[in-house]
Amino acid sequence: MSVELWTIGFVALTFALYLYIGWLSRVRDSSGFYVAGQGVPPIANGAATAADWMSAASFISMAGLISFLGYDGSIYLMGWTGGYVLLALLLAPYLRKFGKYTVPDFVGDRYYSNVARLVAVVAALFVSLTYVAGQMRGVGIVFSRFLQVDIATGVIIGMVIVAFFSVLGGMKGITWTQVAQYVILIVAFLIPASAIALLLTGNPIPQLAFTFSDIVANLNQVQLDLGFQEYTQPFANKSQLDVLFITIALMVGTAGLPHVIVRFYTVPDVRAARYSAGWALLFIALLYTSAPALATFARYNLINSLHNQTIEEVRQLDWANKWERTKLLAFDDRNNNGRFELTPDSATNEITIDPDIIVLSTPEVANLAPWVIAIVAAGGLAAALSTASGLLLVISSSVAHDIYYRILKPDATETQRVFVGRIMVGLAVALAGYFGINPPGFVAQVVAFAFGLAAASFFPVIILGIFDKRTNREGAIAGMVTGLLFTIFYIVGVKFSGMTPWFFGVSAEGIGTLGMIINFIVTIVVSRLTPPPPLAVQEMVEDLRSPAGELPPEAVH
Amino acid sequence: MDKNQSQAYWRANKALIRNLLIVWALVSLIFSILLVEPLNAIQLGRVPLGFWMAQQGSILTFVVLIFIYAVQMDRLDRKYGIRK
Repeated sequence: MSVELWTIGFVALTFALYLYIGWLSRVRDSSGFYVAGQGVPPIANGAATAADWMSAASFISMAGLISFLGYDGSIYLMGWTGGYVLLALLLAPYLRKFGKYTVPDFVGDRYYSNVARLVAVVAALFVSLTYVAGQMRGVGIVFSRFLQVDIATGVIIGMVIVAFFSVLGGMKGITWTQVAQYVILIVAFLIPASAIALLLTGNPIPQLAFTFSDIVANLNQVQLDLGFQEYTQPFANKSQLDVLFITIALMVGTAGLPHVIVRFYTVPDVRAARYSAGWALLFIALLYTSAPALATFARYNLINSLHNQTIEEVRQLDWANKWERTKLLAFDDRNNNGRFELTPDSATNEITIDPDIIVLSTPEVANLAPWVIAIVAAGGLAAALSTASGLLLVISSSVAHDIYYRILKPDATETQRVFVGRIMVGLAVALAGYFGINPPGFVAQVVAFAFGLAAASFFPVIILGIFDKRTNREGAIAGMVTGLLFTIFYIVGVKFSGMTPWFFGVSAEGIGTLGMIINFIVTIVVSRLTPPPPLAVQEMVEDLRSPAGELPPEAVH
Repeated sequence: MDKNQSQAYWRANKALIRNLLIVWALVSLIFSILLVEPLNAIQLGRVPLGFWMAQQGSILTFVVLIFIYAVQMDRLDRKYGIRK
């Protein structure tokens, strides 16, 4: 059976599964729609959070990026996992105790202000929209590479699937499909990672093969021989300060991303929120500790199979020809010596490798059966669709819950609220699809925005809202606005208008860390200079700090 | 739970969070970034320690930290009679 048939079969099977789960999880009430009725068990929420979190970028691109950055790729590994410690210790239990539906809900109630609520809504919308466009694009790319469907058709198929379970089932439908998507994506990632580990080291467990085999040492030697820096050499591509700032910005940004935070509203109680953060990170760590191993093995293997081989030898490799056709791999014998050579200098380098190829090509490079390639395709789609659906719910709830219900029409009935929620999910899917088909040229550039802005806006005001009773409305609004404006100014300046990164050379990706510090300082200082929050709010904070006496969400309203 | 008790509970919670966050910063920001070069002189298995911390050790520590927090908070909840 051909790779294409296997792929169509697997993709169709997983899509049917998602539709079936979506149908089983359909809901009627707003609590079900926005927070899955707060009845999701901790382990299931952990798996759903892991799938929500790990996007097409984590699945397809991250290992590839690491294999090119070596040590410096650790910014993604630590940055995208370390934030869960902050979430678990500083945010999730208290937000669960608060018990309402969205991040702007917390900001608006804690800071007794619809202005604060609106600033939070705008930040949530901006962060989620930039992020979701990339996911839809990812869906299109997987379809076009594995099934030779054009990208627009791929995006539309993806849209229909996501729309079905998220419009019908809201958060409940999304949660249970995400659990299924986690299982598919982790299996799809671990099979090739384990196979290539076995092939190169004789040990099928990637983490152990990475630590106890000679591959890292050999790769270091190979890199030196070719004129590159050692693979494990720190700060080969980025300065130490920049690595520090980017890592912190990614960690804090992760903890501040609305689609991650809302997952902790869906569990039954505070205790479940604590454990569920642990399960989430455990599930994420399975992929995140395998990815650096895969990155090392794949790079070593690619260099060994391609570098200094004669043109005839390379032409006999089926996978090399196949990936060359997709233009992700390119050969050019510039010095006409009949061999392809890999060098650090772009003027003499004869082998161009796109980072995306690392994960996608591993099954073929490692000579695995066609059905493994099909699983990887289904896994990439699962990663993209699960993240997209979580983001779409945030976009929909920002408009339908935070603006329509909390600000415009507080007396809306249950039926109206769920109806508006469904309409907004539908619109958000269509918008995301549009951006997937016609990606704004800056999509790749704006990922830095999502993390930097989340770090510079939500994180400080949520933390202070819980840990500092004295923080008030004036402080929170001033902090969020200055944090956001500074970060946007720096990112736009550096990325789009040629401003030099004047803050000690810290890049646009890392500046969210400074934005967060500015937000903290402004919030604290302005709060001290203005009247303390009303007594009722101080009592609410007191109440958040104890898991005792949890009330079901409807009773808190 | 009276006011004194709930303050004691909150203080204990904050102390636990502080200790765990010190470890969090130590394994990631300190060992894996600021001190990575001296640590790379040491080998763990067949790889330099600083590099290993950045790509494996820090992540594994993060997972353990969260579960320690959850278990310790269970004990604290029981001690203060919040949960049986």
